[in-house]
Amino acid sequence: MNTQIKISDQPLNIQSCIDWVMMPQSGGIDVFIGTVRDSTKGKKVIRLEFEAYEPMAVKEMEKIAAQAFDKWPVQKLLIHHRTGILEVGEVPVVIAVSCAHRDAAFQACRFVIDTLKQTVPIWKKEIFEDGETWVAAHP
Amino acid sequence: MKVNVLAFGIAKDIFGGSTLIIDVPGNKTSDLKAGLEQQFPRLKQLRSYMIAVNNEYAENNRILTEKDEIAIIPPVSGG
Repeated sequence: MNTQIKISDQPLNIQSCIDWVMMPQSGGIDVFIGTVRDSTKGKKVIRLEFEAYEPMAVKEMEKIAAQAFDKWPVQKLLIHHRTGILEVGEVPVVIAVSCAHRDAAFQACRFVIDTLKQTVPIWKKEIFEDGETWVAAHP
Repeated sequence: MKVNVLAFGIAKDIFGGSTLIIDVPGNKTSDLKAGLEQQFPRLKQLRSYMIAVNNEYAENNRILTEKDEIAIIPPVSGG
């Protein structure tokens, strides 16, 4: 299983993520780049703050990667997630997947980001002009 | 049993800090939840929350020991 998983408080380098998954055997690379949006439900977002329970978050990401390798013929898989304060337009997450053919790459990449959002212990707080909220905390 | 609990996200705000020592009336995850909810009723207003033991999500009937690393995992929102 050829994976690279990282949690970092430094800006993510998208090109180096793509370069890392590229193999001579690859026919397609699918990349998901999460970005900080400037509004939520019509309210202006000033910035986001991300916090991770790092050892467990890495472990959960490793589980997701293992599942992706089980389900699809993945060659290399990379998950980088950022923590700390991020401004609008910055990149909190990059997922990159290489496969011989595009179908598997698309499916595996979508599976990884969808599952990450459900199981990996990382939290984001939205900071508005008039307050702040932990996303998804309340019903 | 006294346990040391790590808190993240909104749980940190509810506890007023990133760690908490709590006296649990029992030794199961469910006992810890009951103790926490009694001391911090705001936990019950969350969409849900999980307990992690040694970096793994724990079932309600998991037996806790003083050596375990225990954390409160409020609804996650990464990505």
